[in-house]
Amino acid sequence: MATSLDIRTEPGTPVTHRRPGSPRRHRLSRLDTKFSPYLYVAPFFLLFAVFGAYPLVYTLWVSLHEWDLLAQEHPFVGLANYSALMSDGDFWNSVYNTLGIFVLSTVPQLLLALWLANLLNRQLRARTFFRMGVLIPNITSTAAVAIVFGQLFSRDFGLVNWALGLVGAGPIDWNTSKLGSWVAISTMVDWRWTGYNALIFLAAMQAIPRDLYESAAIDGARPSRQFWSITVPLLRPTIVFCVIISTIGGLQLFTEPLLFNSGTNAIRGGTLRESQTMTMYMFENAFAPNYNFGYGAAIAWMLFALIVVVAIVNVLIIRRAARSA
Amino acid sequence: MNGGLWKGTRLTYVALLLAGVMSVFPIYWMFVVATRSSDAMGEVPPPVTPGGNLPGNLDRLFANADAHFLTGMLNSAIVAASVTISVVFFSSLAGFAFAKLRFRGSNALLLVIIATMMVPTQLGVIPLYMLMTDLGWNDRLQAVIVPALVTGFGVFMMRQYASQAVSDELIEAARVDGCGTFRIFRSVVAPALRPAAAVLGLLTFMTTWNDFLWPYAVLNDPENPTVQLSLRALSNGYYQDMSQVFTGTAIATLPLLVVFIIFGRQIIGGIMEGAVKA
Repeated sequence: MATSLDIRTEPGTPVTHRRPGSPRRHRLSRLDTKFSPYLYVAPFFLLFAVFGAYPLVYTLWVSLHEWDLLAQEHPFVGLANYSALMSDGDFWNSVYNTLGIFVLSTVPQLLLALWLANLLNRQLRARTFFRMGVLIPNITSTAAVAIVFGQLFSRDFGLVNWALGLVGAGPIDWNTSKLGSWVAISTMVDWRWTGYNALIFLAAMQAIPRDLYESAAIDGARPSRQFWSITVPLLRPTIVFCVIISTIGGLQLFTEPLLFNSGTNAIRGGTLRESQTMTMYMFENAFAPNYNFGYGAAIAWMLFALIVVVAIVNVLIIRRAARSA
Repeated sequence: MNGGLWKGTRLTYVALLLAGVMSVFPIYWMFVVATRSSDAMGEVPPPVTPGGNLPGNLDRLFANADAHFLTGMLNSAIVAASVTISVVFFSSLAGFAFAKLRFRGSNALLLVIIATMMVPTQLGVIPLYMLMTDLGWNDRLQAVIVPALVTGFGVFMMRQYASQAVSDELIEAARVDGCGTFRIFRSVVAPALRPAAAVLGLLTFMTTWNDFLWPYAVLNDPENPTVQLSLRALSNGYYQDMSQVFTGTAIATLPLLVVFIIFGRQIIGGIMEGAVKA
């Protein structure tokens, strides 16, 4: 029998017993090692191609058309949607809101997270308890957070205005002023993500070799000096990572501002579009009531471009800051 | 040594406690309002202890004709469970392939996966919506399940874990015994991946349960929402019965809180480990 040709078959193996060494099995197993890996990684690539990459690229194609949900024809209009956007005041208002909320929600968030991580990076009792304490906001749903904070910031019965009243300030009508709604929405984002980023920073801090600090201490560097001259520079890759992730998330903000504004004007971000972000403006145009897919798609690509630009600018700023530190 | 280089001073504890209180307070307050009547909103000073109105609030919540809250909870459970099982399975399988099998182009493919984690795919909602219309999936749960069945994050996380947690000798031994790659995955790799799979499962479940934007775009039938859409319907009413709305947010948050209290340590470990390797 052919089995005897297989070098792996030991001389006394009974031929009737089809051990893995038989040619058919052998060929199968070669096919298996050759092609199975592709089979195993294929589901991700297939799904990403169909539901991730294709829609994103096709958005560009749609944005070059006059594309209405109900219309039969979708005439090609070139860059007409984009040039219409350039002179669309509501669009620029949404860009302004997006950037404003982004700055208010990202800068304090990352600074606070650094500080919290530095506190957590000490010998502590009840370590897990404190870590869970700072992470808990992150596990609550964005919609629930937005509803609860919307109430905390409400004009008449909100706890924030009540607390302001105790110190003789306010009350502030958070919903109807631009800055007010920006602050309220950014607070939700800060609250939700600070602890998460703190844990990421903490993980990176723990990877910093201890002897660096020890020798710095011998040289007489105080803890604060050690923090700025050792911790922060060595954390740079992690900070860059967090900044990019926050940029991608922060510029696409949608749920918080939508639920902060209830009623028919919610998607407009308030009666005067006080807090309408770009994603909300995209939704307003692309879905109910307008169903103007072409215009919405153009907004999506403008937002994509903005994300790329802001991410690059942020990374450059951090690099420069770290070099001069 | 327990943690860092420096001793925590009394000030450290005070600051951390303060941060903890700030973190927990909105959630706590949500539960307080959920147990009170709607008048509690107007009280000065605001109530900070639970009341006895929870049963009444629950009755009104589940009877609410706009929110379809029970359907929402059920739908979210179905969606989050299917997505979690699928993500854990496919991510483990792909992670195993990237970590332990040799194949042409594996490094390039892994780079592509890492890059996809940075792509704001949310911006593709318009064609995705059109695609769902073509498939006839609008307003149906598969529209939110299928696109989420496997994630780049999951594959990457499992690859990182598999490359250090599964020994090559064990795989080689199984191969010599005549195991095919899938059998190796099932009998040797999967058991070793269990801790990471659990963390990935928890993170995936929470993310999926909380997802809002895509379900909001594609599930337009108010009678078939996910729980987050129910919350939106609740809070968007003309007449705002805040204790009822807060009962809704509290119930929708409860499953996540339970998961977090039981598995908090593992979730924190997962987030921090992922951070170091990323």
